[in-house]
Amino acid sequence: MIIMKPRKVTVTAAVALVLSLAAAGCGSDGGGGSSGATSGATNGATSATNGAASNGKKITVGIKFDQPGIGLKTPDGTYTGFDVDVATYIAKQLGHSPDDIVWKEAKSADRETLLQRGDVDFIAASYSITPARSEKVDFAGPYLLAHQDVLIRADDDSIKTPADLNNKKLCSVTGSTSAQNVKTKIAPNAQLQEYGGYSECLTGLENKVIDALTTDDSILAGYASQPEFKGKFKLGGFKMSNENYGIGVQKGSELKAEINTALQKMVQDGSWDAAVKKNFGPAGYQNEPAPQIGVVVS
Amino acid sequence: MFDFLKGYDLLGAFWVTVQLTFYAAVGSLVWGTVLAAMRVSPVPLMRGFGTAYVNVVRNIPLTVIIVFTSLGLFQTLGVTLGADDFKTIDFRLAVFGLTAYTSAFVCEALRSGINTVPVGQTEAARAIGLRFPQVLLLVVLPQAFRSVVGPLANVLIALTKNTTVAAAIGVAEAAALMQVMIENEAQLLLISAVFAFGFICLTLPAGLFLGWVSRKVSVKR
Repeated sequence: MIIMKPRKVTVTAAVALVLSLAAAGCGSDGGGGSSGATSGATNGATSATNGAASNGKKITVGIKFDQPGIGLKTPDGTYTGFDVDVATYIAKQLGHSPDDIVWKEAKSADRETLLQRGDVDFIAASYSITPARSEKVDFAGPYLLAHQDVLIRADDDSIKTPADLNNKKLCSVTGSTSAQNVKTKIAPNAQLQEYGGYSECLTGLENKVIDALTTDDSILAGYASQPEFKGKFKLGGFKMSNENYGIGVQKGSELKAEINTALQKMVQDGSWDAAVKKNFGPAGYQNEPAPQIGVVVS
Repeated sequence: MFDFLKGYDLLGAFWVTVQLTFYAAVGSLVWGTVLAAMRVSPVPLMRGFGTAYVNVVRNIPLTVIIVFTSLGLFQTLGVTLGADDFKTIDFRLAVFGLTAYTSAFVCEALRSGINTVPVGQTEAARAIGLRFPQVLLLVVLPQAFRSVVGPLANVLIALTKNTTVAAAIGVAEAAALMQVMIENEAQLLLISAVFAFGFICLTLPAGLFLGWVSRKVSVKR
C-alpha cells in the first residue's frame, strides 16, 4: 500500500504533465497568429516611427474578423471583405506585399486601444469617423460612405419607408450606434431586440420573430451576399444616417497622409469600384460614389 | 474627467442588474433546494435526475444557456413566458436562464451543508418515526442552511456578476449600457472602471453582510 500511493501520485503527475503539454501545444498552435501579430506590430511600429516602411517588413492591420463582406476570417484562415481589400491595397502602396500583412482582430470596443498602444499600424474595420473617436485617434479617408439601413425578408412588402418601421420588430447589436438611433430617432415606438451579433438577428428574421435587421447598409449587403442567404433577404434602401468609414491611425501618425494618397490612387485606378462590386454586388447594393478624402458627411 | 457620464441612465441600468439578480437569486434558491432534496432522496429516479441536471447545467457556459433561451426557446419554439414585448420577454428569459444555471451551484452548496449534519441526527429522527420529507424539512435542512450561508454568498456574488451575460440577449442592464457608452465615448478604461466600481458597490456590501450573517447563524458543533 505504501508503494501504491506514490505510484498513484506519479501517474497523476504524469497525466497532468501530458495534459498541460498538450494544452500548451494547442495554445501555441492557436496563438501562433497572435504572437506573430505582436512581433509584426513592434516591427511595424518602429518602421512607422522611422517614417520609412520598406519592403519585406511586416505591417499589422486591424480588421473585423466576423463581418461578411467587410472583414471576415474564413475557416481556412484567409481573409475576405471590402475592408480587407482596401487594407491590402493601402499596404501595397506603403511598400508591403500581401504576404507581409499581419491581420489582427479589431473588435469595435478595442479599436482606440489597439491604435494607442501601437499594436496595429492602421485599422480598417467599419470604423466610422466620429468627433469622440477623433479625439483619440486620427482618421485617414473616408473611404466609404455607408448609411443605416434595414434588411428585410425578400417577400416582405409591408416596409416601404422608414416610417413603416415604427410598428415593426427590429433587431440590432447591443449598444451599437444603429440600435441607439432606432431608440432615439428612427423608430422610437418599434420593439427593438438587441443581440451580441448580427447572426442571431438573422435567425430571428428567418423565423419571422423579427421583421427587420438594422445597421450600416454595407454590413447588411455583406450578409445578404452570403451564399446561404442569397435571395432570402433584401435591403430597404433607406438612408437613415451617414457613416463615414475611415482608416484609423495613431494620433499624429505620418501614415495618415500616405494612406490618403493610397486611397486616392485606389479610386482613380478603378480598384475601389472593383472591390465594392466584388464584396457587396450580389445584394443589389446601391453604393455611394467614392468619398472625397477628408470630407466627412455628417 | 467624468463628463462622459452625462446623459446616461447609470442608476437605471444597475437597477435592472439588481432586479435580475434578485429574481434569479430567489428562483435558484427555490429550485436549487428542490434539486438538493432530490439528490439526497431515497428515490433513485429523483437522485438520477438531480445528478444529471447539476452535472449537465453547471458544465454549459452561461452565455450558451442565455443565448439559447432567446434563440432556441423564444425565436424557434415561441416561448414568451407570458409577455408581449421584446423587453419583458428578454428580461424573463434572462431570469429563467440565470435561475436554471445558478440553481446547480446552489444545489451543490446546499448538499455540502447537508453533509455537515451528523448522521446520528438523521438516524435519531428516523428512529422517532419521522418520514423522509419530515427528516429533511424539520431536522436536516434548517441546520444545513445555517452552515452554507457563506458558500451561498459566494454563489450570490457570482450571480450578480453573471447577470452581465444577459446583455447578449439585449436586456438593458449595466453591461449593455457599458457597451453603449464604449461605442459613443471612446473612453474604454474609465468606463470599465466606473462599471467595475458599480459592481463592487453591489457585491461588497452583500458579501460583508452575508459573512456577518454566516457567523451569526452557523451551528456550533
